[in-house]
Amino acid sequence: MQPFADVVSYLESSSVADNIRENDLLFPLIESVHVLAICLVVGSILVVDLRLLGLASTKWPAGSVTKAILPFTWCAFVVAVASGGLMFISNASKYLGNGFFIAKMILIGIAGLNMLTFHFVGARDLPKWERHSRPPLPARLAGGLSILLWIAVVACGRWIGFTMQPG
Amino acid sequence: MADAAILSDVSKWLAATSLSHTIQTAGWIIPALQTIHILCVAVLFSSAVLVDLRIWRLFLRDLPVRDVGRRFLPLIWPVVLILLITGALLIIGEPRRSLLNATFYIKMALLAFALALTGLLHWSLASPGFWDKDNARRVAGRLAATASLVAWCGVIFAGRFIAYTQAG
Repeated sequence: MQPFADVVSYLESSSVADNIRENDLLFPLIESVHVLAICLVVGSILVVDLRLLGLASTKWPAGSVTKAILPFTWCAFVVAVASGGLMFISNASKYLGNGFFIAKMILIGIAGLNMLTFHFVGARDLPKWERHSRPPLPARLAGGLSILLWIAVVACGRWIGFTMQPG
Repeated sequence: MADAAILSDVSKWLAATSLSHTIQTAGWIIPALQTIHILCVAVLFSSAVLVDLRIWRLFLRDLPVRDVGRRFLPLIWPVVLILLITGALLIIGEPRRSLLNATFYIKMALLAFALALTGLLHWSLASPGFWDKDNARRVAGRLAATASLVAWCGVIFAGRFIAYTQAG
């Protein structure tokens, strides 16, 4: 863990981190961009998840919903990670000491694993069922789990703000 | 501002209610309400963005605007209701944070504008090809789509800035 701790303390003492800490406007601006990006990530993933659950967009093949939506999700995710990264380096050691921050990172990791599992296992026979309004159980499970995980990610994100004061 | 005294009185009265007291003292209620509130914003903002991107022909362009709108716009209204209820409870819990804060009123004005544009889009979808009749309509459609995107972004920024501009 020592190399990781070195990187964290290097980033935390960088001039970028210093600017975010010292400037009254910069942190709320980055935070707003982060909320905006997270809203797009969660809102767009929800469209895919509800299709996998067979609860919405059922007139459209599941594969075309995924293909149309996921590029936006990824763009928004990149912005969320970049803005989140800037907030993180401004106060890295405090974030690392916050249970909700750690939980949020783990939950995002699990959401990623869930997505990969669906991509490589659940979606292997996608052409067979993508026009069915109700996809098979593995797809529904992936969709349901994803919704729960992202709700938990948003909740942890909000709780970080109440359990640590940046600055 | 002449209304400031009235707003201050309203805030005091709200803060003294037992509902406000409950929200203030149970530490988990405010973050929980804010989580639900943000999830509602996520649904509304993403729905508006997807319909607006379709109007700009950047998303699902082989489907008619009408179909894309019908998928994403009707569910906006029940979500707006939850948004307003959680927002109202957050105000009751911490009235001074918003009622005595100019940022809050900017947010409300932007929200009203964004919802009016979304309502207009929703209503226009009743007639097929409404935004494709001629060039002027196409330009108007894109302008409305862009204005609604900007307004929604403004709502989100103002929402976050309420926390940084509250009266002491």
